Amino acid sequence: MKRLLVAGVVLAASLAGSGPIWADPVDDTLEIDGVPIVTRTAAPEGHPFDELYSGWLFREKETRDLSRDSFENPGMIAVEDGEAMWNTVEGTAGKSCASCHGDAAESMKGVGASFPKWDADSGRPINVELQINKCRTEQMGAEALPFNKGGQQELTAYIKHQSLGMPVKLDLTEGEMQSWWERGKDVYYTRTGQLNLACASCHEVAMGKMIRADHLSQGQVNGFPTYRLKSGLTSLHQRFRGCIRDTRAVQPDAFSDDLMALETYVTWRGTGLSVETPSVRQ
Amino acid sequence: MTRRMHFTLGAIAAMTLSTAAFASEVAPDAVEFGDEGVMTSLTGVAGDPVAGAETFKSRKLGNCLACHANADMSGELFHGDVGPSLDGVADRWEEPMLRAIVANSKQIFTEATIMPGFYSLEVGKHLREDLEGQTILTAQQVEDVVAYLGTLKE
Repeated sequence: MKRLLVAGVVLAASLAGSGPIWADPVDDTLEIDGVPIVTRTAAPEGHPFDELYSGWLFREKETRDLSRDSFENPGMIAVEDGEAMWNTVEGTAGKSCASCHGDAAESMKGVGASFPKWDADSGRPINVELQINKCRTEQMGAEALPFNKGGQQELTAYIKHQSLGMPVKLDLTEGEMQSWWERGKDVYYTRTGQLNLACASCHEVAMGKMIRADHLSQGQVNGFPTYRLKSGLTSLHQRFRGCIRDTRAVQPDAFSDDLMALETYVTWRGTGLSVETPSVRQ
Repeated sequence: MTRRMHFTLGAIAAMTLSTAAFASEVAPDAVEFGDEGVMTSLTGVAGDPVAGAETFKSRKLGNCLACHANADMSGELFHGDVGPSLDGVADRWEEPMLRAIVANSKQIFTEATIMPGFYSLEVGKHLREDLEGQTILTAQQVEDVVAYLGTLKE
């Protein structure tokens, strides 16, 4: 409850005051419960930017401060819910996630920093949400979770949180990851909808500018699922769909080929930034 | 009988008026862009700067403040800076160029500009089906916004 109140107060404050208008990411450093978080780093080779910035550097001080302390971070409620789910037996096999994977702090460490990975069975990249569903249907005898339902976001947040502070690093040499990366790049630069905007229009060309009250970041995904002060816990594909909807285009389905390719590509664009899940954003 | 006559005449007059308005409206794919911009009005009806200010401000219509600062609207919170400030824009551009930029700035700047074409059918991929053949603003709304921009002098 306290966390919800804090979030409400910050939201009210950010709506009420016009606040400072700045053009660049702030000069600030982040530690979460003593874990140092890389919020700026040199870009990998072939990247359009020289330096990568976490979206954390584009948010106002009140929002940044909510990320520093996991007790104040309203997204940690979801992580706790995800932990409960990790230990809950479901399905005909009588298993929970913990039955096979034990302590997530050990077994899931690094997962959030290295997905999507190549999945030879499906012949496409697999992300944490789809890996959960694969375990549920193939190992637990449980139903696949529908997009954003049944605790999918919470369990994903819990699993990714086990990699807090670890640098994002994809292995693009596995399977056909490289060609999915290429496809994701095409999606990133494709203008959509009546407003005729691509991801790059806002998050590359206009990065650092203000679009009304919103400070345009690089669109990094190292903090997903993220806690948005205006809409609560938000999954990556929900955010992709929301951005594309705002261009007045047809929204692609979550986990569709285009969005899996996009997830692969934009995750690479954040190579070297720390996992921040669950980050706190506007 | 007289009443019926009046009704009929009135209906014909209304039909004639609306046909006339339609006939003089330039279709989005027929707008002629020249070196000086778009020389002729899209509707033949003078733009209304007061209506234009509302279209400019409305988040559902022009939403121009999303990207442009405008001191004339300092009462509105949060002006964007993705595009240039519009203070004194009428000192920098003549009316035909303002019309061209609002209608389809890609014809004036480059294809790379972020600015949407507000009276253009050259849109992005995967267009929402209900927006097929629809422009962001109507021809008259463009004329109104152009009239409003014409008042922004320093």
